[in-house]
Parts: sequence; C-alpha cells; structure tokens
Amino acid sequence: MTMMREGRPTTPVPVKEAHMAPATATGNRALMLEEALIFEIGSTGTTGVDFGEIPPVASRIGNLARTDSIGLPGLSEQETVRHYTRLSRQNYAIDLGLFPLGSCTMKHNPRLNEKVARMPGFADLHPLAPQSTVQGALAVIHELAQWLVTLTGMHSVAMSPKAGAHGELCGLLAIRAALEARGDARSVVLVPESAHGTNPATAAFCGYKVEDIPATPDGRVDLEALKGRLGPDVAAVMITNPNTCGLFEREMKTISDAVHAAGAFVYCDGANFNAIVGRVRPGDLGVDAMHINLHKTFSTPHGGGGPGSGPVVLSQALTPFAPLPFVERKGDQFVLVEEETAEQHHRSTFGRMVAFHGQMGMFTRALAYILSHGADGLRQVASDAVLNANYILRSLDDVLDAPFGASGPCMHEALFSDKGLAEGFTTLDIAKGLIDEGFHPMTMYFPLVVHGAMLVEPTETESKAALDQFIMALRSLAERAKAGDEALKGAPYHAPRRRLDETLAARKPVLTWADPALAQAAE
Amino acid sequence: MRYLPLTDSDRGEMLSVIGAESIDDLFVDVPAEARLSGKIAGLPDHASELEVERHMAALARKNLSAGEAPFFLGAGAYRHHIPASVDHLIQRGEFLTAYTPYQPEIAQGTLQVLFEFQTQVARLLGCDVANASMYDGSTACWEAIGMARRITKRGKAVLSSGLHPHYVSVANTMAKFTGDALVHEAPSLDAATDIDALIAGIDRDTSCVVVQYPDILGRIADLTPIADAAHEAGALLVVVVTEPVALGAIKAPGDMGADIVVGEGQSIGVGLQFGGPYLGLFACKQKYVRQMPGRLCGETVDAAGKRGFVLTLSTREQHIRREKATSNICTNSGLCALAFSIHMTLLGEKGLRDLAGLNHALACQAADRLSKVPGVTLMNDSFFNEFTLILSKDAREVVRNLADKGVLGGVSLGRLFPDAPDIGHGLVVAVTETVTAEDIEAFAQALEEELA
Repeated sequence: MTMMREGRPTTPVPVKEAHMAPATATGNRALMLEEALIFEIGSTGTTGVDFGEIPPVASRIGNLARTDSIGLPGLSEQETVRHYTRLSRQNYAIDLGLFPLGSCTMKHNPRLNEKVARMPGFADLHPLAPQSTVQGALAVIHELAQWLVTLTGMHSVAMSPKAGAHGELCGLLAIRAALEARGDARSVVLVPESAHGTNPATAAFCGYKVEDIPATPDGRVDLEALKGRLGPDVAAVMITNPNTCGLFEREMKTISDAVHAAGAFVYCDGANFNAIVGRVRPGDLGVDAMHINLHKTFSTPHGGGGPGSGPVVLSQALTPFAPLPFVERKGDQFVLVEEETAEQHHRSTFGRMVAFHGQMGMFTRALAYILSHGADGLRQVASDAVLNANYILRSLDDVLDAPFGASGPCMHEALFSDKGLAEGFTTLDIAKGLIDEGFHPMTMYFPLVVHGAMLVEPTETESKAALDQFIMALRSLAERAKAGDEALKGAPYHAPRRRLDETLAARKPVLTWADPALAQAAE
Repeated sequence: MRYLPLTDSDRGEMLSVIGAESIDDLFVDVPAEARLSGKIAGLPDHASELEVERHMAALARKNLSAGEAPFFLGAGAYRHHIPASVDHLIQRGEFLTAYTPYQPEIAQGTLQVLFEFQTQVARLLGCDVANASMYDGSTACWEAIGMARRITKRGKAVLSSGLHPHYVSVANTMAKFTGDALVHEAPSLDAATDIDALIAGIDRDTSCVVVQYPDILGRIADLTPIADAAHEAGALLVVVVTEPVALGAIKAPGDMGADIVVGEGQSIGVGLQFGGPYLGLFACKQKYVRQMPGRLCGETVDAAGKRGFVLTLSTREQHIRREKATSNICTNSGLCALAFSIHMTLLGEKGLRDLAGLNHALACQAADRLSKVPGVTLMNDSFFNEFTLILSKDAREVVRNLADKGVLGGVSLGRLFPDAPDIGHGLVVAVTETVTAEDIEAFAQALEEELA
C-alpha cells in the first residue's frame, strides 16, 4: 500500500509579488492574532471561577446592597488564558531581545528571583502579622539593607519607598526635616537641566522652588554656575551620577563639598547606579541621599510599568529623619519599628510614606539577585555594562553623531544625536525603524540638553552577538536616515500596529470602553 | 557568573574596538580616590542558584504564613484565593519583562490591558474614569487630597476617623511639607460612623472630606449625605476603598456622589506579600480628568486605521511638565494592575457577586460565633467582611498570645492607634472565602482560653 501524498506539498511554490500578503478575513496574520476587548467578548453572567454554596445568613449590609448592574464582563478560564496570552504576544520584552532603553536598565530578570518571591513564607504573609511570626521576612529586609548600605558606602537605608520617584520624595523629605530640625527654612532645590523629569516634579511636590543648573559643553554640571548659585536659600542639589548624558560627574566630590559648605544637602538620583555598582561608592563622593531603583540595578522585573522599588540610602546626617517603618536588629530578634514600637530616639523621623513596609516582593527578588552575583559578580556587572555601552558608542560614532564622544569613554549608556540626518528625518524615524528590525527603540529625546537625543543602554546581560546585531541594525537605519530613505518615515511596518495617532488620543480622550450601542442611544 | 554572557575573549575584542587597554580605562573619569581597587569588603562572592534558593527558603521557613494557620487579618490587606491562571499569565515574559509602554506599536498587549483595567476599575468604583494605577492605596489617598486642593484651591481636608491610620500618617507626612491642614481624630468604638461629625466639620475652607468605605472598623454607611454636604460647601468627597471585593455587594462610592474614589486593589489578584507591591486604584468624575495624577491609557487609531491604545494626556506628567506636573509619579504598579484585571476577568460580575456574598456570609457566621465567647462584644451593626470585636482586655496582648497558639487572630487597634489607649480593647477581624468553619471554631476556642 502506498501513502496518499497529494495535497501535502512540502516545497514552497513561487508566488507572485502581489499575492505575498493578502488581507485575511479575520484580520489575523497567522501567529499574530488580533484580540477584541473583554467588554466585546465577555458577558456579566460568565465566570471562570467556581464558588461553593453560599450559606444563608441574615445580611448585615442594611440598605446599601448594590442592586444595579456593575458592567463587569467575565470569561471562562480557557478564554481568559487565551485573551491574555494573545495580548502578551503584542508586547516587546527583554525575554525577546535587547531592550536598549537608556536610563531604564532593562537587564535580564533571573527566574530564580520569581521563584523565591513566591515562596509562601514570603508571598503569603500579612503586613500586620505579629512580629514573632515574620522574623524571616524582617531578616530579608535587614539583610538586603545591609548589602545596600555596604555597596553604597552610606550610613543607613530607608526601605519603604515604592519606586524611584517615591525614593526621591523620601530623600527630599529627609533633607527638609533635617533643615527644619536646625531651624533653617530653605526654599530652593537646584536641578541640572539634564535631570530626569521626576527630580523637578519631586522637589515641587514637597513645596520647593526649582531652579535649573546649566551644563557645560562637555555634558557635565557647570561647577562654577552651581557654586555661584549656592546660598542660604538652597536646601539641596539633585544630581544624577553617572548623569543622563552617560557621563561620570568627575567633580562630584568638589560639588558635594561646596554644597555642604553652603549648608545644603546632596541628593543623588541613583537611576544609573548600574554603571558603578561594586566599583564606586556614592558615600565616598559626599552624597547625603540616593534612591536605588531595585527594578533597574537589581533586576526586579519592570512588569510593563511597575511595580518598582526605591530604597533610599542616607548619610549619617539624614539618618535620624528616616521614615517609619524600618527594621532594627536586637540580639537575635528583628524588630519592625513603626508607630507602636517607636522609641524616644526614633521620634525625629519625618513620618510614614506608605501604608506598610515597602515592596517586600521586590526585596526578596533583589536579595536573591545580589546573593547570586556576590561582591565579585556585582563588580563585573558594572564593568560589562560600561564595556557594552562603549562598544556600541565606538562601533557607531562614525555614522551617528556622538555629542560627547570626544570627551572620553561613556559609562553604561551611549548618547547620540540627530545631527547629520537628512532634512526631515528624525530620531523618531530611527526609533520606529528599530522596531521593524526586531529591537525595542532606545530612549528618545532625552536628555533634553541634546537635540534629538538617542540614549542607548545595552546593560551587561547582552552577549556580543546580540550587540553586534543591534549595531548592524542601527548602522543600517542611520545610513538610511542620512540618505533620506522615505520608507523609513512610515516605519514600523511589521509591528502589531503602525504609528499611532497620539494627538487624536489626547484631543478626544477615550479612557474607558463604552458600549457603542448604548453610546449611540444616548446621543 | 551565569547571568553575564560575555567571555574574556569577547571582552578583549571589544576593548580593542574601543581602543582601551583595560576595563579600568573606561572608568578614567572616576577620580582615583573614589575608585575601589578590588571587591567591596565584607560581602561574599557569587553563589549558585541552589545555594541562594537554600538560603532564601531557610528565611521563608522562619515565618508563619497565612495559609498555615487560622487566619483573620485585614485592616487594609486581605487574603483571597487567587486562581492559578492569574500567576501563570503575569509570568508571561512579554508582560513580566516589558517596560512602560512608551513605544505603543510594540506594547499593545500592556496598553490594551491597561485600557481594560481602567474600565473595570471605573465601573467597580462607580466612576467615569480611572487611571492606570498608583503605588498603593495610601499614596493614592494622598494624591486625591492633593488633587482636591488643585481643583478647589482650598487647603483643608477633613479626614474621617474611620480612615486607615496608616493612610492618615502618610497624608500627615506629606501635609507637613505642602501646608495642607488635615482635620482628624481617632475613632471611637461605636456602631455608628462619624458621619454627623464629618458633616459638621465641613466649611468654606474645606477642599475635601475623606471617608473610608467600609471603614477601618468594618462599618458601612450611606455616603450620600456627606456628598451632599460637601458639594453644598463647594468641597469634594474623596472615598477610600481598601477592600474592593466589598463593591460586589455594597453600593459603589461613585454612585453615592463621590468625586474621587481611590483604593487599595491588592485584594483582587495581587496577594498579601507582606505589604507590597500593592496596587493603588484612582478614579474620578470625567470633569476632573485633567487634574488626575499618574498614567492614563487611551484609545486611538494607527496609520492604517486600526484601533490601538496609547499613553495619553501626558502633559499632566513629570516627564513633560517637570516641576508643573500633577504628581511626581513615574513607575506605577503595572504588573499588579494586570493581575487585578485578569482576576476580575475570571470573576466577571457573577463571580464577583458570588465572592462578595460568600465573604459576607462567612463573616456573619464568624461574628455570631465569636460574639458568643465570654468577654467579647461585637461592635458593628453593619459590616461586609470585617468587623470589630471589643474584648475584655487589651487586644495587643491577645493577638500576640493567639499567635503563640498558632492562630492569626485579627489586628489589634492598639497596634493601629498606639496613641488612643481608650480603644485598645478593640480587635479588627477579617473573614474571607479562605476561612473555613474549622478556622472559625479554632479562633473562637483560642480566644475563649485567652480571655478566661
């Protein structure tokens, strides 16, 4: 007997160009599946969760029962899994490839850390459980705190801030409390032009007037301008080091000394700590407060925009003002110092920043990351992160303008500008072109001090092969943009969506789904 | 080191492309006195996956987790069963290891989830719009007070005595620096809420009244009279919900006139996690949308006319407006919002109502059983899944002793309000669907022994 083989061709047949990508009836493109909203596919009577019998009781809700329809659609478990799996495939992620988003430190997220965070002994603990029942959790916070203090050369660390910007808030509140404790009301915070937007926003959020400090032509803080502005009204200077141009602030210690001499404090934005971890201690540079983004340097996952975690290391001068709660060791016990347990010598705290004790789920991950790397591995992290960035800088500075390329090596990120692109071509076009090449774009138009900035941060967890492919892609895009290849202006062509109309979104905001039938009836 | 892919030969090749002799040459801008010549002292070297796992597991074992004991803690964090598919889906690398969706063409997954999340939250809270999340309930509460100040241009907020004391502390911390005046007292152990006192406290300087619902003692009350009184005086009503499951059973704050509704979303999809990461919910009336803090996702179309989603109204935010932004928030709680949204999608309205009904029924049974224990009085007339017991002695000691017996029996008011000794006999007890009849009985018996 012979097998029937007709109708099962295994050799591709030539196809006419016009037929290469015909539209499909569903809008799907093979593995790229379109997915409707849950409000379009679910119904309020469908559920993917079964509950047992509800015992009959006399209600204690009174006349407050919610009787109207809430309008929350449900899906069965299978439909739910499919909905979110399909949506997930419309995302780019580190797990898919290099994610060179400058200032964001998108490095590999080790899966051991996910496993550890989910251990019931950590994940299934209530924040107000009696302290005798959470000694292991308090030990994690204490152990991580010790590592952070040692790595930064600082005096203490406030663990509760929920993210980088929240950490900035913590640092500035500590500074303000310290100034007020010595009866010294000051009203101004100085922020370099190149700072992250969160710096001025945070300073304003705690009631300070924000003033810019200019940069020198080589991309660093203008020391003379800073010194000239310091005075009795300046509470703090917020500096990012390494800065957002990817450069180390060589004069950091001199800056700190000048700031201290003027009676003010130095806040350091630690977003770029990855460049120096294990090689430089901010405490040696005169820093008074610095937040550490555990979701950057210590690899807790970004999760599509959080959660983050922003512990703040503090100098001796600021330590008494640290927020509640914090963990102290007393003999072989750990004590959570909060409102109930605070003793007299804790009373200078500036207060509480969050309901509970910070991002425990991030602490376990960060501690596992740190223990995995150890002192030797963390030093290697900074070394490789800086090596990778310089490799990109020097592999592309012949086709892309590197505004500070002449002023020496960069730190963990390489900065390019749009200078030299053909008339009408922009950083945005290169970024969107990278999408078609299978990469997440670099940070665009930041820092603001460079025209058409492209800030590339590869991180240490990229192989040389991945870097070489990225360099090849960016080189090709730079050449196309310089040659005026009009096709680039339409990129991306191969992503789940083409360029989106952000102006329309802002002009006529549609922020929630409304049933079109009901919306029409209402008009 | 297993996470670092470069080999020494790669490093050598790359250094030669750069034109540097050694890695140290790349750190030439760091002043010599600030450079560490070797490894930082006092820390061990790298460790294997097995070693790290062993170390962490040993620490985890030192804790008594909620699943190991009869468990009745709430007061702002609730233990609910999370369907297995939630944790599976949030661990998809495309969600877990993505960044904030600043490049919408390759972030439609996250963006559509946020759009669905915003709609779910708005409907649950009874509001027109919701944002893409905040850090947690307490920070969302402070942001709401700040937003009310911007809208009304007034600086006095009247806080209910039933507001979670940690939320009050957070607001007090911030208010010291912004100059807002906060009016607040500790609660008293009454079945009635402080609604009348709140209404009496509203005046022409009041920016907002902040009320928790259900409140810290588990009480629920109609908010309509407070909304009316606030609006009459040109003030806003801010409502705080720390247990959103309740809104499957009781009226939504937005439907009772609240202008801004914030909440802690942890109880749906996120888990206890010793206090974080959690999920701040933030919703309001449409007319206030441009004063909202945090990220917003909106619908639009792409160049080919297909529906798509983008982050929008970013002129409110720090990366555009810098010191003039409505908030300094940047990173939020994206992955927790995803978990919330998946869990809510699994539940649907039917599941949410069932879940709420089951919580309420078990709480009623527990309240009935526990109030039969000699030395225990049930304070509440009304409650959802949490109520306050008045004990015959200080509840702090009782809670500690119950823990020694392996029962996690609620949160003492002495811990929450250490400066209000007159309510120290109060014990806040939460009962969710994870509690069994055996748990209730074990708690009742242990409590009886403790109070005997």
